[in-house]
Amino acid sequence: MAKITFVNHDGTERTVEAKNGMSVMEAAVNNSIPGIDADCGGACACATCHVYVEDAFLAKAGEQQEMEKSMLDFAENVQPNSRLSCQIKVSDALDGMRVTTPESQH
Amino acid sequence: MLQDAKDIVVIGAGQAAAQAVQSLRSGGYAGSLTIIGDEPALPYQRPPLSKAYMKGEFAEERLYFKPASWYEEQIVEVLLGTRAVRIDRAHQQVHLGHGGQLPYDALILATGSRPRPLPVPGADLNGVHDLRTLADVEQLRPKMVAGRRLVIIGAGYIGLEAAAVARQMGVDVTVIEMAPRVLARVTSPVISEFYTAEHRRQGVTILTGAHLARLEGEAGEVSGAVLADGTTIKADMVLAGIGILPNEELAREAGIACSNGILVDRDARTSDPHVFAAGDCASRPLVHYGRTGRLESVHNAIEQGKLAAAAILGQPRPAEDCPWFWSDQYDLKLQIAGLSQDYDTLVVRGDPESRKFAVFYLRNETLIAVDAVNSPPEFLASKKLIMSGAKLAPRVLSDTSTPMKDIAAQAAA
Repeated sequence: MAKITFVNHDGTERTVEAKNGMSVMEAAVNNSIPGIDADCGGACACATCHVYVEDAFLAKAGEQQEMEKSMLDFAENVQPNSRLSCQIKVSDALDGMRVTTPESQH
Repeated sequence: MLQDAKDIVVIGAGQAAAQAVQSLRSGGYAGSLTIIGDEPALPYQRPPLSKAYMKGEFAEERLYFKPASWYEEQIVEVLLGTRAVRIDRAHQQVHLGHGGQLPYDALILATGSRPRPLPVPGADLNGVHDLRTLADVEQLRPKMVAGRRLVIIGAGYIGLEAAAVARQMGVDVTVIEMAPRVLARVTSPVISEFYTAEHRRQGVTILTGAHLARLEGEAGEVSGAVLADGTTIKADMVLAGIGILPNEELAREAGIACSNGILVDRDARTSDPHVFAAGDCASRPLVHYGRTGRLESVHNAIEQGKLAAAAILGQPRPAEDCPWFWSDQYDLKLQIAGLSQDYDTLVVRGDPESRKFAVFYLRNETLIAVDAVNSPPEFLASKKLIMSGAKLAPRVLSDTSTPMKDIAAQAAA
């Protein structure tokens, strides 16, 4: 279990409890966090669950696979801390993590 | 006109229905909202059914778009195990199978589609399965035991995805396809050959140009598939994947215009201004292709769910993306953008042997579709290029020394 805080691009934030094993995207969608579309449902097929992970948690969020890297290469407003939230697995290590959602997924 | 709607009813509980209710609530609709679903489950994702979920790598709770609590919080009434049997347009009511009616100011038909039934004797034997619902997977999965024999009828995406999963579970798999090649209806010979070779390498028997004559059984259980030439293939279970039919009967019987799908305009509105249709059941304008058609995809269900909600709420029309699809087989992720029918030029980028390549389809020097295997840049760049309608030279697309990002940027310039 991890408490994850989602910060909207306008600064509003919400903290949700996420179960281990689910993805950060699923935690967001289950809690209706705005700004994460996740059209493909987590298949790493659509690049519409882009988030920014705070630096302190970047390493804990796990290594990016090549598929995710090349998908992100085409997202808008990519930063060094960009991730696809469907590819980040929730674990106790992510407790307290803050992620920011971009203004648009397109 | 519908902005003051107080009662909205959605028939169907799949991806389009789930999107429509989410968009209605997030769009500010505060009136009564009811989903009528004939399955016993809350709205869930279907794509994993023939992929990770079938393999047992994806927990059931992860299939659901929203937890049950969401529907309570959002005050969305979900009538499960319930059939809508008639639409009374004159009185704006939906009649339910167990009696009773629901009034509507706006009605969204998200009735989906159903597997095309096998048109051969023996199709009703035990052990002959479809793959469309959670219940279908629950029936099929316990039988997927190493060494058992599965015969799949139809080499479309469902059939081939199921073949890949079954093979990875050690099941003995034969795929029977009537057309001369796999995926014949949806892609080019290049992709067909690649997937045929891959499945054969994985140990799947693929029979193309093979006509199923009948299924035979013992004591009511399927035991084999008999081809027109007399060949019999022994089977412990059979999976039919020969396409789907739109569930348009409710609309047609109510006098709403249908033609291979419920006809809708760009706002997902049917011939009745109070009735909308979204997802597999709808035939829509394909704005990037100058024609109408039915799309069987997640992208389409989501987009039309959004279009219907926006039209009902009197909000600006959401973006109409170019159609996109994906298919997971073994370690191959196929991402498809656009519709490749009627291409005049085919360009291969990369080497299929490397399991990482793309096939572009052009018409009049304009990109209309791509099949990208393990190649997200080719897929994502193509989405943009297809929508831009920019002219492209085949040699530019096949030149792997120029990254897709640069090709897209140059075409946009």
